Amino acid sequence: MPAIAINNLDLYYGSFQALKGITSFFKEKTITALIGPSGCGKSTLLRCLNRMNDLIDGIRIEGQVLIGDKDIYAPGTDLIQLRKEVGMVFQRPNPFPLSILENVIFGLKIHGQLPSEKKKWEKIAFRALSAVGLWETLKDRLKESALSLTLEQQQRVCIARIVALQSRIVLMDEPCSALDPMATEKIESLMLNLKENFTIVIVTHNMQQAARISEETGFMLLGDLIEFGPTGQIFTKPQDDRTNDYITGRYG
Amino acid sequence: MMRLNPILSQKIIKTLLWILTGSTIGILFFIIIYIFIKGLPQLSWTFLSTNPVDMGRSGGILATIVSTVYLIGIALFFATPLGLGTAIYLTEYTREGLITKIIRFGTESLAGIPSIILGLFGFAIFVIAFGWGWSLLSGGLTLSAMLLPTIIRTSEESILSVPQEYREVAFSLGVGKWKTITRVVLPAALPGIVTGIVLSIARSVGETAVIIFTAGSSLRFPSSIFESGRTLAVHFYILAREGISMPMAYGTAAILVLLILIINISAYMTMRFLMKRYS
Ligand SMILES: Nc1ncnc2c1ncn2[C@@H]1O[C@H](COP(=O)(O)OP(=O)(O)OP(=O)(O)O)[C@@H](O)[C@H]1O
Ligand SMILES: [Mg+2]
Repeated sequence: MPAIAINNLDLYYGSFQALKGITSFFKEKTITALIGPSGCGKSTLLRCLNRMNDLIDGIRIEGQVLIGDKDIYAPGTDLIQLRKEVGMVFQRPNPFPLSILENVIFGLKIHGQLPSEKKKWEKIAFRALSAVGLWETLKDRLKESALSLTLEQQQRVCIARIVALQSRIVLMDEPCSALDPMATEKIESLMLNLKENFTIVIVTHNMQQAARISEETGFMLLGDLIEFGPTGQIFTKPQDDRTNDYITGRYG
Repeated sequence: MMRLNPILSQKIIKTLLWILTGSTIGILFFIIIYIFIKGLPQLSWTFLSTNPVDMGRSGGILATIVSTVYLIGIALFFATPLGLGTAIYLTEYTREGLITKIIRFGTESLAGIPSIILGLFGFAIFVIAFGWGWSLLSGGLTLSAMLLPTIIRTSEESILSVPQEYREVAFSLGVGKWKTITRVVLPAALPGIVTGIVLSIARSVGETAVIIFTAGSSLRFPSSIFESGRTLAVHFYILAREGISMPMAYGTAAILVLLILIINISAYMTMRFLMKRYS
């Protein structure tokens, strides 16, 4: 069963249709990449998966998004539960102006799931920070401000913040575009580790990145999902001329 | 027309600006030093810890200190939640539109009302219509109307300066709007909010017109907020204007100046401390 199933999804910003009948399946414990030129609707699609778009005025969404077996757009959906399950990593690392520990336990704390004994907090931090490869580096600095970290570490803390909530799906919108190549490489290898336990959907402008880390890739153009399939196939034998044009650099 | 050598004219402008800046600071120091030279010799523990005797000709200023604290406490008790609430509403719960324009226009106008007029208003409403008489409660409520615009404006600015990203991440973590405000936005905006509140305290310490109209000027030690009371600033004003005792007036003035300095410095330090804590 796919982790995420998108069924004939249309999205309108006012009268502008940003997503046109998208249908696709994203596999569990897999990295799926969404590529396409600027403005084609990658972020819009990604933000449909945790209903981040709900905040926007004049937005209209039709169709289904199934996570597990539940349609998240069905009435009565528990949005808090949804967002605990589906975490999001943003372009710019955005830890809160709090300590590293407070950042990691933020979600649990605010949802009232934090055990009262402080000893257990460290255990939670241990689990979440180990998962993002930061525990050894930061275990003695948990009280320091998260903003004192490097951008790459900040991005990892943001991922740890999601891991601590025990999400199953992580949405990433160009998570490396604020990072240098070295840091990018490290975050990529982190993603490959995380894939063992998480379903990852990543939007990226960087085709090499998609090719390096993802198993499946979707190519979008002007609100359409033009082609979707195994990454190797998309990059070597695309079925659609427009995909071919894009990966050979004709859209820039 | 004679043309000045650019280097020379630069020098002249610099010197002029230096003189202007220097004299601003000079005036400040002159006032402070003058008040301290005249006032500090009057200060003693007895001066601070005993009540005024014989209209303030002798004794101390304890009752006026207590009245000042009461009055500011009451004013902040009402102005802080109301001001902060308004700021939160304006920034987080509405879009710019007719309602926000009306509220903004209202607060701007409130800020522009001369304090003596506010005093008259407080007199008409609290003292007369509500029948509370000259009392610390009437004074504190009127004072809170005076502080409201400052608190609203500074809170609004600090809330707006909190990066939008924080709200977005909180939303993505399933945090509801109100929790996002109380747990993410307000902590990050705290330095600015606190500074605004503390500076508004400094302003109320020096206020007289509003207070004479609404809290009266009784020199008795206030035992409840329904009694009249005389603040430090009012005490100073009456001592000096009625020529009761100039040494006592200067002593009171020195305390006032010290208090305002302390408040301003602590506002600055709080801000520094909170900024460090949250960034
Ligand atoms: N809030 C909005 N209101 C109206 N139109 C929007 C809004 N957000 C995005 N759009 C439009 O929807 C289209 C898709 O935008 P989206 O941000 O999803 O593109 P993207 O593929 O992520 O682009 P990029 O690679 O530049 O991030 C664009 O044409 C954009 O202008
Ligand atoms: Mg985008």
